[in-house]
Amino acid sequence: MGPVAFVLIAGVAVGSALGLVFKRNPIHGALFLVVNLGSVAALYLTLGAQFLAAAQVIVYAGAIMVLFVLVIGMLIPGKEETGPDPRRAYRVLALPVGAVLLALLAVVVASGARGRAPAATAAPDGVEAIARLLFTDYLFPFELTSVLLLAAMVGVILLSRRREG
Amino acid sequence: MAPESWYLALSAVLFCIGVVGVIVRRNPLVIFMSIELMLNAANLAFVAFGHRLGTADGQAVVFFVMAVAAAEVAVGLAIIVAIFRLRRRLSVDDLSLIRW
Repeated sequence: MGPVAFVLIAGVAVGSALGLVFKRNPIHGALFLVVNLGSVAALYLTLGAQFLAAAQVIVYAGAIMVLFVLVIGMLIPGKEETGPDPRRAYRVLALPVGAVLLALLAVVVASGARGRAPAATAAPDGVEAIARLLFTDYLFPFELTSVLLLAAMVGVILLSRRREG
Repeated sequence: MAPESWYLALSAVLFCIGVVGVIVRRNPLVIFMSIELMLNAANLAFVAFGHRLGTADGQAVVFFVMAVAAAEVAVGLAIIVAIFRLRRRLSVDDLSLIRW
């Protein structure tokens, strides 16, 4: 199971990375990068880094990539799409895919309800260790990060301000 | 469980693809996304090494890399937008002078 899962996820990661580099349209590249970040998050899960996997999806695939897509949409105007959807045929797939997803979720929820869930008070593996490190050994860099983010915020506001006159 | 060396190999492959992207592409946004790809490959190596050593230090470092990447993307995109306002074009070949 382990090696097979790794090879599958690694294949997705390499394929999406190649897609990012070799697709002409930057918006396709951005979507490939989202796939790549998601597959790396899955690899974090296989390494037992649940916190980083969640942070990867939320911070990278969520916040950072939304920023990229917004800027691409702002700077690279595409053609306005008119007429019928050229990929109308794919809509037929929507229902089966949705049904499969629902079935998967139902199986997961059912198996979770059957087995006894571990006590909710225990933090998931690794989160407590990371928190302990961040607030002891790495406390100074951690505080520096907040200064860095503030400086970045001020800098971006200055850079994106329109010059008067 | 796949051995850690596989993760390191994948990390190297992803990093090299990112380098290729930085070198061959002319669009600053794609170059920027390739840099994100390289950061991500380095993060994967950090987590794999941390897993091998059995400590959380690797994951703590990745946390900092993510925070720095967020700041870097915000500032970098603002610079790209500012340059686009001046030049009306989006190619790194136009930016061969330090001053304008």
